Amino acid sequence: MAKVFTRIGDWVNERAPSLAPMYRKHMTEYFAPKNFNLWYYFGSLALLVLVNQIITGIFLTMNYKTSAAEAFNSVEYIMRDVEWGWLIRYMHSTGASLFFVVVFLHMFRGIMYGSFKRPRELVWILGMLIFLVLMAEAFMGYVLPWGNMSFWGAKVIISLFGTIPYIGGSLVEWIMGDFLPADATLNRFFALHVIALPLVLLLLVVLHLAALHEVGSNNPDGVDVKHGPKGNKWNPEKPIDAIPFHPYYTVKDLVGVGFFLTIAAFIIFFAPTFGGWFLEHDNFTPANNLVTPSHIKPSWYFTPFYAILRMIPSFFGTAIWGVIGMFGAILLLALLPWLDKGAVRSVRYRGLGFRIALGVLVVSFLALGLVGAGVTAELIPVWFPGADVTTVENAFGRLMVLGYFGFFVFVWVYTRFGFEKTKPVPERVTMHD
Amino acid sequence: MIKRSISAIALALGLAVATLPALASEGEGLASAGTNVSDRASLQRGAKLFFNYCVGCHSLKYVRYSRLASDLGLSEEEVMTNFNFTGAKFGEPVISHMPAEDAKAWFGKDPPDLSLEARAKGVDFIYNYLNSFYLDPSRPVGWNNTVFPNASMPNPLWELQGLQTAVHGEAAPGQEAAVEKLEISTPGRMTPEEFHSATRDLTTFLEYTAEPAALERQSVGVWVILFLAGLTFLLYLLKHEYWKDVHESH
Repeated sequence: MAKVFTRIGDWVNERAPSLAPMYRKHMTEYFAPKNFNLWYYFGSLALLVLVNQIITGIFLTMNYKTSAAEAFNSVEYIMRDVEWGWLIRYMHSTGASLFFVVVFLHMFRGIMYGSFKRPRELVWILGMLIFLVLMAEAFMGYVLPWGNMSFWGAKVIISLFGTIPYIGGSLVEWIMGDFLPADATLNRFFALHVIALPLVLLLLVVLHLAALHEVGSNNPDGVDVKHGPKGNKWNPEKPIDAIPFHPYYTVKDLVGVGFFLTIAAFIIFFAPTFGGWFLEHDNFTPANNLVTPSHIKPSWYFTPFYAILRMIPSFFGTAIWGVIGMFGAILLLALLPWLDKGAVRSVRYRGLGFRIALGVLVVSFLALGLVGAGVTAELIPVWFPGADVTTVENAFGRLMVLGYFGFFVFVWVYTRFGFEKTKPVPERVTMHD
Repeated sequence: MIKRSISAIALALGLAVATLPALASEGEGLASAGTNVSDRASLQRGAKLFFNYCVGCHSLKYVRYSRLASDLGLSEEEVMTNFNFTGAKFGEPVISHMPAEDAKAWFGKDPPDLSLEARAKGVDFIYNYLNSFYLDPSRPVGWNNTVFPNASMPNPLWELQGLQTAVHGEAAPGQEAAVEKLEISTPGRMTPEEFHSATRDLTTFLEYTAEPAALERQSVGVWVILFLAGLTFLLYLLKHEYWKDVHESH
């Protein structure tokens, strides 16, 4: 048997001699720092979820009906009459939410350890493009079941484009193909969700990894292993503190995969709606343009950005400032390599100011998520009886908007004008286990 | 650092979990329905109530008679003679006989399909709604409901529960007096405890119709999680074995 495999391998090598070197370059001879910690699981987990979304998505399209009249019924058909249809759908809906969980943690890792800094700016920019496309992909996927929250969510989000001066109104109609989200909207969103955006997403993921493998991975110490001493057990010319990605990080990532799938299985089998966070109550009612849900809110992963939109008031007679703020929140993240001019990468050796600012960023992002999801509006009457909910919510939400944007302003001033007092970065990476 | 990372994740998860009850607040101020969808006897009693008191007006368009039989442990004959009053085939869904135009004329609106009601409104809402009808001569059909004020639906279970009347509190100037509590003025065939239990069964049945997969997903899930936990442990051992090379090489 082994002989047969060798012969097949030789046959392929003869005809495509560059395949084996490519495999070595990206797997067995891709040397990664040996001190990766917990935070380094989320990249491979994001890839796992992407594969899950594609495979479960293919099976969903086999029974989903792309029409406003049939979409809702076909989803219930999948949930009830298709063999294991409920499992496929819950894997897809849970996967969508967990995709954002791992991507948010992956992005936080990049900010915390300075992985976006030179020479990895391109890796970061490609990652931010992935994030943008992922948001579009998730939004359109959310519309497809054609529940009432699908309809009203689509209406609210598409109407954001209506705030653009002069062309806004006609742009909204052009996007929807109708005066309301309707059959035409559902059909084009289906096309974008199942083929156009996934293709873009896959291409960007390939580029993200290719760009990473050109410059090499960062690590929790932010130490440049490539410029350190050479010569390890596997290769005399490669960095002493690096190990081959395969098999060492592939087996390590598999442990992460095991943990992650166990958690995912808990949600899928025991709490598929996750208390209304992953599948919302209002989306179990068919789309109805005459009945507005009592609270229109986007899926949880959009709520921090949605809160920025809501908290920024309109002035000069236009509401576009909130829209600019919402997209600006993402743009500023993409510009981080040029805003943060600090020479030290990892938070372990950065100044106290950066550490505090990073904490403020995380707290304000989470708090904005609660504001956008309407949780604060429910808690304010409990915590401050008799207070005006809108006043308190606006004060709190705007403070958090300041906290979010304040991070970027602070980090620029802090690093551009030399206020940061860093600690000495070690020569070699540190291991803790 | 790893410890700090773990505590950061734990904190984030903790925050997320702490906010869950707040969001699940469609059951605000409602008594817990206390349903158990895997209690087959309760499901069967609930189905009996549904087909005796509800199906006259409400459909379950996503639920087939055949599926009811297999999920509730009933024979085809039992389902077709006791639950099917419309001459539908065994494989067809439960559709009420009431014509939509008549419904609009009688109640002002078409009674909604109840297949997904428990997922759209929550089981607590249904349970409390069924217990909160009271006589109100000012309403077109003579009934009102404290959980869903001015609902167009009369109390279909009045024979069982008896007649409930509202005790109003002091009216603020210029406002109608709020309902303080409901009292049974004419007893029905059931005691209040029996009626609570019956409405809990009915709610359980609607919880099932909203998600028939609920009957199997937990029992499948236990095996999936056991498998994954075992797999994760094996993968950990594999990683540990491979990484001996790395630890030796410092």
